[in-house]
Amino acid sequence: MSSMLVLAIILVIGIVAFVIARQRAASHNDGKVKPHSRAHYHGWWAFLLGVLPAVLFLAVWSIGASVYLNSHLHSQMPADTGVASEPLAVSLTKSLANGLRKLDAQQVAALPATFAELQPLLNAKGVALATDTQDYMIPIAAEANRMTDRLGLMGAIATIALALAGAFYGISQVQPRARARNNVERLMLWGLLGASTIAILTTIGIVLSMLFQTLNFFNRVPPLQFFFGTVWDPRFAAAGAGASEGQFGLIPLLAGTLYIALVALLVAVPIGLMSAVYMAEYAAPKVRAAVKPALELLAGIPTIVYGIFALVTLGPFLRDLSAALAGGTSFIQAQSILTAGLVMGVMLIPVVSSLSDDIITAVPRAMRDGSLGLGATRSETIKRVILPAALPGIVGAILLTASRAIGETMIVVLAAGVAARLTLNPFEAMTTITVKIVNQLTGDLEFNSPQTLVAFALGITLFALTLVMNIVALYIVRKYREQYE
Amino acid sequence: MNIMTEKTLEQAVSSQMSAQTNEVIKMRGDKVTVHYGEKQALFDVNLDIRQNQVTALIGPSGCGKSTFLRCLNRMNDTIDSAKVGGKITLDSEDIYDPKIDVVELRARVGMVFQKPNPFPKSIYENVAYGPRIHGLAKNKAEMDRIVESSLQKAAIWNEVKDRLGEPGTGLSGGQQQRLCIARAIAVSPEVILMDEPCSALDPIATAKVEELIDELRQNYTIVIVTHSMQQAARVSQRTAMFHLGYLVEEGATDKMFTNPDDKRTQDYITGRFG
Repeated sequence: MSSMLVLAIILVIGIVAFVIARQRAASHNDGKVKPHSRAHYHGWWAFLLGVLPAVLFLAVWSIGASVYLNSHLHSQMPADTGVASEPLAVSLTKSLANGLRKLDAQQVAALPATFAELQPLLNAKGVALATDTQDYMIPIAAEANRMTDRLGLMGAIATIALALAGAFYGISQVQPRARARNNVERLMLWGLLGASTIAILTTIGIVLSMLFQTLNFFNRVPPLQFFFGTVWDPRFAAAGAGASEGQFGLIPLLAGTLYIALVALLVAVPIGLMSAVYMAEYAAPKVRAAVKPALELLAGIPTIVYGIFALVTLGPFLRDLSAALAGGTSFIQAQSILTAGLVMGVMLIPVVSSLSDDIITAVPRAMRDGSLGLGATRSETIKRVILPAALPGIVGAILLTASRAIGETMIVVLAAGVAARLTLNPFEAMTTITVKIVNQLTGDLEFNSPQTLVAFALGITLFALTLVMNIVALYIVRKYREQYE
Repeated sequence: MNIMTEKTLEQAVSSQMSAQTNEVIKMRGDKVTVHYGEKQALFDVNLDIRQNQVTALIGPSGCGKSTFLRCLNRMNDTIDSAKVGGKITLDSEDIYDPKIDVVELRARVGMVFQKPNPFPKSIYENVAYGPRIHGLAKNKAEMDRIVESSLQKAAIWNEVKDRLGEPGTGLSGGQQQRLCIARAIAVSPEVILMDEPCSALDPIATAKVEELIDELRQNYTIVIVTHSMQQAARVSQRTAMFHLGYLVEEGATDKMFTNPDDKRTQDYITGRFG
């Protein structure tokens, strides 16, 4: 019996339990005893008692069954598997078992003893299997299928029994003073808690998965060489060659990341801030209603589109412009820090302006009135009262923006290039951590080489960098919030 | 009315005498109307504000008294939908004349708000804010003098003189309001407008601020909006009663509270509506 069918049956049981329990609760409402919970809470509680334990049991059973089957298959493998490794033999057997499912009952009853005879039958059903499937796997696979069916049936029966038991228990619990509402709401609370935990658990999972690969990397390349190396030259991972030949210096990448982010912020912060001041303080409501959404629309443009703009329009334009200025040779390369920073800055303007606008608007009207009432002009009020009051919030917004700039990839690939160099000249190419992560992980590579593993070390460095910035930003923003109360 | 005691009678007599001797009209509203968008909030208000007197504006909520107050230093300009009609003069000069600079006007007609709104700066900087904008002090010593005398006039100097560097937002509500009054005084205005300055304060702080208002009358002309009839009776010499956007009645405070001409005033001050 398939899991889908079992789930459907459980659901039907749950719905029936809901209807019966609600009916019963409603019939209790005779006016003598004031019911504690309304009828539909009793319904929901019976539904949950019927469905939840059964579903959880089914999930645990399915996982347990597949683990059990796996270990069973391993134990059935002969000493000489005839293929490269035992795990490979097990997985071949599993695909064979899956293939056998396609055959009809008669064919399964009279399975040929050799794979050579079996293969045409399978091919006729459209099942293609690896040619090194061994003969001894056929009976094991057939046995495994029977075992799976048996386990599945047992699980299904147990699950449905559990669902029925839960539903009956739920229905029998319906009493006028039973606290069905509290039960349902407590369960809701757990559900919400679970939902919010998932994001945190995923983050921890991401960190851990990177951490182990990073430790693996540091086993081959010393951390000091990575963190303080000034040359990035990972070479290629040639099969069989001495692995740690390349040089993995973080400094050029880190410098590039921070440099480009700095240029981007130099563009985005003043423009974004001024546009926020205009929007919050000067713009007529009509203008604000039109301009603000338009500006926020910019934030929705995919960064690759900005990258294309940088690559085909702005980069060549700056190069030609510099050539014209210098009279012949251009001093701005087509791919340069300046190009990447400018385009990234434009991308970040809506982020800065939107965040700062919210913060400036949050400054109480009483502050404005107080200042204007003393004869200050609007710009004096903004300069001396509103911006200082909003400053912590704005700093937080800038830090949040900075971590976006640091994490940006596509614009840099297209606009600043992939050359890892150390330079202070903004007109030359440089590259960032994110670009190199992509670089090291794309293409045909041997996974277990430092050339690949370095991507994880880079990733975790980037993660730590943005995490610290976000924490500082949140801390500042929170501190700001307390200020008016 | 039990506020009609011997003492207030005496005050009534003395203030009427002074009214006869010292009748300089500082500000005058002539057929003032205000529209907020489609809605008219004020209808043809004619009201004189006398120099060195406290004029109280009373009336039920939404009667237009705060609206009128905000016309006197053009704070209504900051509300986009507000339109002011009629004529308001300060020393016989039309303050809505295009030649008048609103910034200068607000330096002459200061304002204290309902909720104390010190800036998130130090106590010193709060008071120095206005003089600094208007360039009233040439050097640090002069600024110190302005700050000290303003705080003294606002009767808060003794409480804050040892902690001028601390944030103004850290003071108690009553102290914050007196700080805001000091801040308004610091730019040496001629008129001080107060929009329910005690409504966010406890009775003790209220008493202090009222005492202060009475003292300030020596040097300034004061217009105060209040919800409390007792407060109007205690601090003001003239009272104007507003209702539904109209000026119902205006006159000497003692007369308003003992023998008003208009029935609505009578009903309002005896608590029959409002």
